[in-house]
Amino acid sequence: MRRYMPYLEVGIGSALGAVCRMLTGVAVGGMSMPVFPWATLIVNVLGSWLIARFATHAMLNDSGHVARLHGFLIAGFCGGFTTFSLFSLEAVQLALDGHQALAAGYVALSVPLWLVAAWWGDSAARRAQARRG
Amino acid sequence: MAIGVASVMLVAVGGALGGMGRLFVSRWAAARLGTDFPWGTLIVNLAGAFLIGWLAVSLTVGAGLSLWLMTGILGGFTTVSSFSLQTLDLMRERRWMAASANVCLTLVLGIAAAALGVELGR
Repeated sequence: MRRYMPYLEVGIGSALGAVCRMLTGVAVGGMSMPVFPWATLIVNVLGSWLIARFATHAMLNDSGHVARLHGFLIAGFCGGFTTFSLFSLEAVQLALDGHQALAAGYVALSVPLWLVAAWWGDSAARRAQARRG
Repeated sequence: MAIGVASVMLVAVGGALGGMGRLFVSRWAAARLGTDFPWGTLIVNLAGAFLIGWLAVSLTVGAGLSLWLMTGILGGFTTVSSFSLQTLDLMRERRWMAASANVCLTLVLGIAAAALGVELGR
């Protein structure tokens, strides 16, 4: 039974992450400029920050709550919350709809933002750790 | 399709299946291909990008089915957060070649996979 536990943890986390991603889409849906895939950009940047925040926290506190919930939070929630498939589909659809510049901008903007968000989440975890002493 | 209990359940069940599939593939890749490079994340993202492109044009019936398959399963199967974290880790280890290869392979092949899926789905 133990060997299936990680699947259960990741499955439940990923289910929650996917539902939060859908709800973000609904919340953002009413915003202006409907052509640009804001919702996907938001979940991917937020999820990149969160995964690094959790991973670094778990690394620095290897017997804490976050470390115990590693599978649920990191591969589960953050993995299910963010999406690469939709990102790539949106880039292709923008280009096919004649918005080539927007498609290129979407890709060129997304990747640095994901990486900076992960770097920032990592620093936030280290700063929080330093404050705790 | 209004967001009701049914949509939430479809996305949740799909997201759980996708996430478990992602764990299975990343474990398989780590055992077969090693952990020097994030092969597992690359594989799920390329496969997911191809499948979503194909489904986006070939799936013409049922908003519920597309919610389950695309938003749920494929959304949960693929991941940007792990990609970002693994790229950051490679950069921190000063493995610049591996980090840039990960970014370039993911983006170029991922977008090409989605475009190929769209093309084949027509």
